[in-house]
Amino acid sequence: MYEFSYHKVASVADAVAAMSAADDGKYVAGGQTMLPTMKHRLASPSDIIDLGGIAELSGITVAGDTLTIGAMTTHAAVAASAEVQAMIPSLAQLAGNIGDPAVRNRGTIGGSIANNDPAADYPAAVIALGATVHTNKREIAADDFFTGMFETALAEDEIITSIDFPKPLAAAYMKFENPASRYAIVGVCVAKTASEVRVGVTGATTCAHRGQRLEAVLNSDFSSAACDAVEIPLERMNSDIHASAEYRAHLVKVMAKRAVDACA
Amino acid sequence: MVENGIGASVRRKEDNRFLIGKGNYTDDINVAGQSYACFVRSPHAHATINSIDTTAASASLGVIAVFTGDELAADGIGPLICGVTVTSDDGEPHRAPLHPALAQGKVNYVGDHVAVVIAETYAQARDAAEKVDVDYGLLAAVTDTGSAADEGQPQIHEVAPNNMCFNWPFGDKDAVETAFAAAHKISRLELVNNRMVTNPMEPRAALGDYNEGTEEITLYLTTQNPHVHRLVLSAFNQLAPEHKLRIVGPDVGGGFGAKIFVYAEELVVGWACRKVKRPVKWTSDRTEAFLSDAHGRDHVATAEMALDENGKFLAMRVMTQANLGAYLSTFSTMVPSYLYAFLLAGQYTTPLIYSEVKAVFTNTAPVDACRGAGRPEATYLLERLVDVAAADMGLDPGEIRRRNFIPLDAFPYQTPVVQCYDSGDYETALDKALLLANYAGFSARAAEAKGRGKLRGIGLSSYVEACGIAPSAAVGQLGAGVGLWESAQVRFNPTGNVQVFTGTHSHGQGHETTFAQLVTEQLGVPFENIEVIHGDTAKTQFGMGTYGSRSLAVGGVAIAKACEKLIAKGKKIAAHALEAAEGDIEFGNGNFSVAGTDKAMNIAEVAFNAYVPHSYPEGLEPGFDENAFFDPLNFSFPAGTHVCEVEVDPETGVVEIVKYSAVDDFGKLVNPMIVEGQVHGGVVHGIGQALLEGCRYDSEGQLITASYMDYAMPRADNVPSFDVDYAPTNPPHNPLGVKGCGEAGAIAAPPAVINAIVNALGVKHIDMPATPENVWRAAQAAA
Amino acid sequence: MPTVTMNVNGNSVSAEVESRTLLVQFLRESLRLTGTHIGCDTSQCGACVVHVDGKSIKSCTMLAVMADGCDVATIEGLASEGKMHSMQQAFMDNHGLQCGFCTPGMVMSALDIVKRNGHKLDEATVRKELEGNICRCTGYHNIVKSIQAGAKAMGD
Repeated sequence: MYEFSYHKVASVADAVAAMSAADDGKYVAGGQTMLPTMKHRLASPSDIIDLGGIAELSGITVAGDTLTIGAMTTHAAVAASAEVQAMIPSLAQLAGNIGDPAVRNRGTIGGSIANNDPAADYPAAVIALGATVHTNKREIAADDFFTGMFETALAEDEIITSIDFPKPLAAAYMKFENPASRYAIVGVCVAKTASEVRVGVTGATTCAHRGQRLEAVLNSDFSSAACDAVEIPLERMNSDIHASAEYRAHLVKVMAKRAVDACA
Repeated sequence: MVENGIGASVRRKEDNRFLIGKGNYTDDINVAGQSYACFVRSPHAHATINSIDTTAASASLGVIAVFTGDELAADGIGPLICGVTVTSDDGEPHRAPLHPALAQGKVNYVGDHVAVVIAETYAQARDAAEKVDVDYGLLAAVTDTGSAADEGQPQIHEVAPNNMCFNWPFGDKDAVETAFAAAHKISRLELVNNRMVTNPMEPRAALGDYNEGTEEITLYLTTQNPHVHRLVLSAFNQLAPEHKLRIVGPDVGGGFGAKIFVYAEELVVGWACRKVKRPVKWTSDRTEAFLSDAHGRDHVATAEMALDENGKFLAMRVMTQANLGAYLSTFSTMVPSYLYAFLLAGQYTTPLIYSEVKAVFTNTAPVDACRGAGRPEATYLLERLVDVAAADMGLDPGEIRRRNFIPLDAFPYQTPVVQCYDSGDYETALDKALLLANYAGFSARAAEAKGRGKLRGIGLSSYVEACGIAPSAAVGQLGAGVGLWESAQVRFNPTGNVQVFTGTHSHGQGHETTFAQLVTEQLGVPFENIEVIHGDTAKTQFGMGTYGSRSLAVGGVAIAKACEKLIAKGKKIAAHALEAAEGDIEFGNGNFSVAGTDKAMNIAEVAFNAYVPHSYPEGLEPGFDENAFFDPLNFSFPAGTHVCEVEVDPETGVVEIVKYSAVDDFGKLVNPMIVEGQVHGGVVHGIGQALLEGCRYDSEGQLITASYMDYAMPRADNVPSFDVDYAPTNPPHNPLGVKGCGEAGAIAAPPAVINAIVNALGVKHIDMPATPENVWRAAQAAA
Repeated sequence: MPTVTMNVNGNSVSAEVESRTLLVQFLRESLRLTGTHIGCDTSQCGACVVHVDGKSIKSCTMLAVMADGCDVATIEGLASEGKMHSMQQAFMDNHGLQCGFCTPGMVMSALDIVKRNGHKLDEATVRKELEGNICRCTGYHNIVKSIQAGAKAMGD
């Protein structure tokens, strides 16, 4: 990796100050994507601003029907959290199946969604559960957050502070893993609330998105059989050595059906 | 049984250092004043080099030197060689293009070596490597195995028109054609043997240290065969005379073939440390390993079997195109030829076999031996074809094998493809495997699985392989440039403990334990008083290294022979001390005794007398230290039947291996615990090939599976635990009665897995790797 | 260059490093604790697993400066007074290693598995938990057995 200046900061304000002083700074959370990218010399930030030491960004709290997860909370902490398991067990399961145990001890929810890898797991859940992303500047609805491949609504110096998840009636996430990387070839999160069914899809296209065709049928008939009628459009599907567009489209449906069944 | 002797599952001597973090791998070694090398590699699959500007790199922080192929050539170093000649159908030797260690005007694959930067730290070397400015003239690339020799393809080497390295026919073509013409049925199959990246977990590394005073180069290498490295680097690459070159292969983190070969980086590091008069270290990262380690397999083939009305095999015809990559790696030509076609008889009495192997160059990394080397390719082809034939004939896969097995009373059995199998009992292994796998209960399990929406399949693989490489005369006739004997030295120290020096190399196989068991069995010296030493040309007398499952079958016998010499000498010494005739001395349990008396002395006392020969047989040399060489009379022929049972999720194409049973004939087992571990590892290597591992280049020659993010290695949750048993026979050619076991699993497993999947889906064939998408498509097509 | 200070296997250590120095490089090159290995560059293989503040992490995917002030445990710190840890002993007793290269990472991951899942481990759990540790030699069969046996021995 190229050399850079490293800043360990203790507060969000310090982080923002460090960023504004840097030529080409980058925030790093757990570093589980950032560091491999830098090792391959695919990124060359002048400054690395480590958010990992900011205590205020870590932790899980419950207020009424809202689960709040601090941005620097690790996947392992989410997976092991009694609060998450009680409120949204499928979110704990999702977190417990990201990467591997050692990666989960470093990787964070804030880092994952800020990076917005097209094959990451969390974005599907953030979308399906209708979460709200809080930053140091504002709050952003899930539907507005993920804007494109590795792109989000975040401004350059904006830092995710926490994510609010409203408790659903039921939710499930089904992931079809890439056999090599174990990232999602396709991941589908289905969440049912009193008012609607929401579906978040990851891995299938360049960016996690709502599965609106699936939502349409599931809102009228919440059954896996209902998904059979849905046509998943091929033209937006990713296609690579691990899965063609056609196979991915098929998997979206299969994972959606399995998620619906798991909600029952 | 002797305590800790042959047949005991002794805990391994080597484990302590590995478990407490005190292993000593090449990258763990540091020499005072060492510098670091980073190679500039071609980003293009096929290009001319118009110019290389090293000015900026040379000026970069910490840089000691930047070298290109010009400096290497000026010093007369290289080129790299291939040590086995295959004669092409035109009567000429295979086409051997120049293989410079640093490119000479042209690069031929992505990762090809263009220049090297030596700097104070690795990071500085890598920073500077990026500043080496290479002006490339891009050429069209050829990467596809099947079409590489077609008209109009880009030409890689002038000496190899149509990218052909050799076309090697073998067998009686006319007789085979006659048999086919008269056959009741002809079964036919086209198949691919997928390219693998060998992937030992320790990446390759080299550390060169030149001593100006003695003019000796010490080269620490991730090698499976230190003396072979020394020989090739000296005699063919002009690095240094053999006696001024010391190769140390310390602890090596797995090889599986990939660390047999002499690589460009090794030669360059050895040369550069003398050039810059500083120790130079290079350690591959995993990306470099994917790009530049020799890859394995990569065949496309058509196989046909002629059968009579009873399902007996009459003749077989195999047309193979094999990809050797951009250059010939050290033993590459041997793999798709002698190690492949000579195994096509398998366990069967097929009287006529004709094979044609076309080996081609492509703009991909060199291809050479990978665990099994040629034998997995032959076995996969044959065992798939046998299942196709069974289906064509309406026979059970077990039954068609049984009808064609070489019977027990036919050994030694001369196959039509050179090999003469010395022992085997194929039907017993099959019977045991079918029992172990509960083959009879399969249909009930399949019915139960169907109720859960799963397709269950079962597949057999009855393999034989040729290892214990190899009789020198035989390989010499075939065109090998070396003899394949092995050597040993067994040395008693005056205090009675024993050092065993072997020319084989252990990189996971547990030789330090197994060989000590041999010696404790034979000499009666306590196991803990025996130390096995390997991997350093300055310590061990000589050797050819470890590959082709040869270490015990060849190297172990050399140790046994050295022990025999010690016993013979010890009898003379004991006779003198015990005042008896030499002919009356018996040896057993570590004691020399006078027959019919209670007069005896321990071998340790004999050793002491040999080093302190105050009262000693007249004319006898002092010392208790013997050398022996062993050149085997034949290959060793492990064989067996493996049974794989799978469940396929037809909705996703995911294959789960629910049960895997292996019954092997490895002859006598010295350490059953270690042997079973070798079976497990080999089988998972084979499962990896069958289900997960596929090395892929795109049409421009970019390697698209260049990391573990895209190249799927088998992980713990991809595989089950295994049921392992044995059906041993006694190989008459081997003095210890042993056969090799390291490659068998990788040879047997791929067809067992694919046969099971094909059985589950009810299709004729599916290519490896049977990825979920491929299986899902096959299931869709079959439904 | 920044200075890092950490406690490694009970010893306080301090050194100047480049910011880009990975924790695994610091351990291997600055401290010469070469038991921790590097097997890949994509955080997949697990040969570099160590514990930082009691949690398993991939030391190839953490900067040395990030571990400033932390407690780090490596394979070298497990045995005490010449006696192997129960988990190390279980690997030896069950032939859970061949070439030994992945072994330190396997053992460090195994201890983390026991910590989170207890002393009675079923095969499926161990296999799933080993997702981040690749071995080319053993076929995993004996690693799984070793971890189950080691977990049990740690509870006895």
